[in-house]
Amino acid sequence: MNEPKFVYVTYIATTPEKLWQSLTDGAFTERYWFGTRIESDWTLGSAVTFMRNDAVYDSGQVLECDPPRRLSYTWSVKSHEEFRGERPSRVTFEIETMTSPGGKKTEVKLTVTHDDFDVGSKVLAAVSGGWPVVLASLKSFLETGDALEIAGVAALKAAKERALAAARGAAA
Amino acid sequence: MSEPKFVPNTVYVTYIANTPEKVWEALTSAEFTRQYFFGGSVEIEQKVGGSFLMRMPDGRVHIKGKVVECDPPRRLAVTWDVVGMKDFSELPECLVTYDIEPMGGSVKLTMTEAHQWDIPDVILAGGRQGWPFILSSLKSVLETGKPIVMTVKMGPPREMIEAVKEAVAKKPWLR
Repeated sequence: MNEPKFVYVTYIATTPEKLWQSLTDGAFTERYWFGTRIESDWTLGSAVTFMRNDAVYDSGQVLECDPPRRLSYTWSVKSHEEFRGERPSRVTFEIETMTSPGGKKTEVKLTVTHDDFDVGSKVLAAVSGGWPVVLASLKSFLETGDALEIAGVAALKAAKERALAAARGAAA
Repeated sequence: MSEPKFVPNTVYVTYIANTPEKVWEALTSAEFTRQYFFGGSVEIEQKVGGSFLMRMPDGRVHIKGKVVECDPPRRLAVTWDVVGMKDFSELPECLVTYDIEPMGGSVKLTMTEAHQWDIPDVILAGGRQGWPFILSSLKSVLETGKPIVMTVKMGPPREMIEAVKEAVAKKPWLR
């Protein structure tokens, strides 16, 4: 069954707790997610808000919260005109600890699944370009202390625009 | 004589805080691949038609191929034949392409694995399991000097081994 979805796996030299904090604490997301501040109290059903420069641009709802293993929330994109007609999608983060020889847990495997899209979703096209940028920046932030410098937010926007244009081209 | 048509089936993108030249070096020099590519040493003649192989620590050649495109530090494409494993060595060779794009203070690295036949998902699973590990570790080597610790027992999934045996028995690519 080929349901539209985006899946990304990355391995990060960090602890599950630090990774969890980076995904759920707006003070951290702001540092690697190109200015995006995520806010939620992370209880089931609670709102999740995505903010940039103190303005809310997207929102969602907590579906699952099992720290530091599994986090899932819906995502309603309002930031672009052409995304507003789509129903909320779903993002799931799975964190697996890899135990090194000797039992010291120093690496994690992060699997991000973004699904619950209709066929032809423009949001899917956009996030397929955006997630690798954000997750690479998260990995750099956790491993080196510095987020990625990809010519600032412009690169992220450009990646989204290219993906959108490709989706338009594919639909034409 | 028609050229084989390679269709992309697996794509992995990452962004690395380093230069295109350094990423190229990490892809083409054994000193680097030994750290992030399951201990394999790459040996490559950097020209179209040049030889390419990945040699394991015990000296065995695990992967063999030819250079199809070589445009340092932007694009490298090699054919890829897993000669070191029974059954896997009988599958048609695939094509692995690395695209390296500068993006301000970082580099976008795109790995594309393309195939000549209608390869089932269960066989693609091997690459889909391996590449995120390899390229995550490459990124860590270039940003921190240290690879991702190899704690995961990463062999082909059992279903993949069965599917490869079946494919080699039926050889659908010959039809």
